[in-house]
Amino acid sequence: MHELAVTKSILKIAVDQAEQNGGTLVLSIYLIIGEMRNLEEDWIQRYFDYISQGTPAENAVIKVRKVPVFFLCKACGRQFTGNLKENKKLLCPHCSSFEYDLVSGRELIVEKVEIK
Amino acid sequence: MDEIRLIDVRKNILSDNENQAEIIRQNLAVKNVFMLNVMASPGAGKTSLIIQTLRSLKEVLRMAVIEGDIESIVDSEKIQKEGFPAVQIRTGGACHLDAPMVTAALANLDLEAFDLVFIENIGNLICPAEFDTGADLQIMILSVPEGDDKVLKYPLMFTVCDVLIVNKMDYLVDSDFNLEALRRRAHELNPRLQIFEVSCKTGSGLGEWSAWLLDKVKTKLFTADFR
Repeated sequence: MHELAVTKSILKIAVDQAEQNGGTLVLSIYLIIGEMRNLEEDWIQRYFDYISQGTPAENAVIKVRKVPVFFLCKACGRQFTGNLKENKKLLCPHCSSFEYDLVSGRELIVEKVEIK
Repeated sequence: MDEIRLIDVRKNILSDNENQAEIIRQNLAVKNVFMLNVMASPGAGKTSLIIQTLRSLKEVLRMAVIEGDIESIVDSEKIQKEGFPAVQIRTGGACHLDAPMVTAALANLDLEAFDLVFIENIGNLICPAEFDTGADLQIMILSVPEGDDKVLKYPLMFTVCDVLIVNKMDYLVDSDFNLEALRRRAHELNPRLQIFEVSCKTGSGLGEWSAWLLDKVKTKLFTADFR
């Protein structure tokens, strides 16, 4: 259900961008979404098709670029990824440290909007 | 104008909500109020934990509760029965509370009259994790009967919280709930996560939790540079 709230925000941003830039139609919307966000492209598009009816963004295509989960090792400074849904110990594969920060995977961004 | 153009936006999709949440936090700071966002699955013990915390802190803090619910008002009735003000938000289907909803609820409270406001969020481990409510502290409850694998299924929730309360510890005996595995995984995802083990039924662990929370609230109320 939270796809609906997220999709409303996407629609607002896209329509605002078209207006601010002198466009009359939104053709595509490019999103960057982290793997940790529980958002599915198909569902965003379906909700979008529904709520965008009658707006300049009607018929716009949503294009999602997923960003994987990455950790930055505090010990060696290198990055590594990990599958959070698998019950495997999370540790830096380069130096075996357990000290790291989550650096990507929670993105929720409108990157670009294609307008006409 | 007919040419097709690609506009660089780079805007956080939830920035409107996050800006509103920041306004709430500033307002609460001015009014000297601490706000706590309680998230969990249905039945994990959100209302029970809030009631137990109200009981243990009622001599020292002035408190109120914002109750989020999809349809019913049973939870706010329970809070009022305890003698505390409760503001009900009925989301009418929405699966989470957001900053505009909380703003509307706060308008129903005389904030000068309170030190601590609880938000009882909608019961699920997915959607509430996505929306900043303007609270100072995010807590989640996981109850023993739900299983220790929830940290694998809902990692985002564990990364956005400051506190994990493991409730229904009285069910631990004879269960296959692996507390150590949960602790390890939760700390791998979120090293700053504070973990408390409690039972709202027997009262175990609640003293430690309430004392810790009181300390957090006092830190905000008595120091200007909280956060």
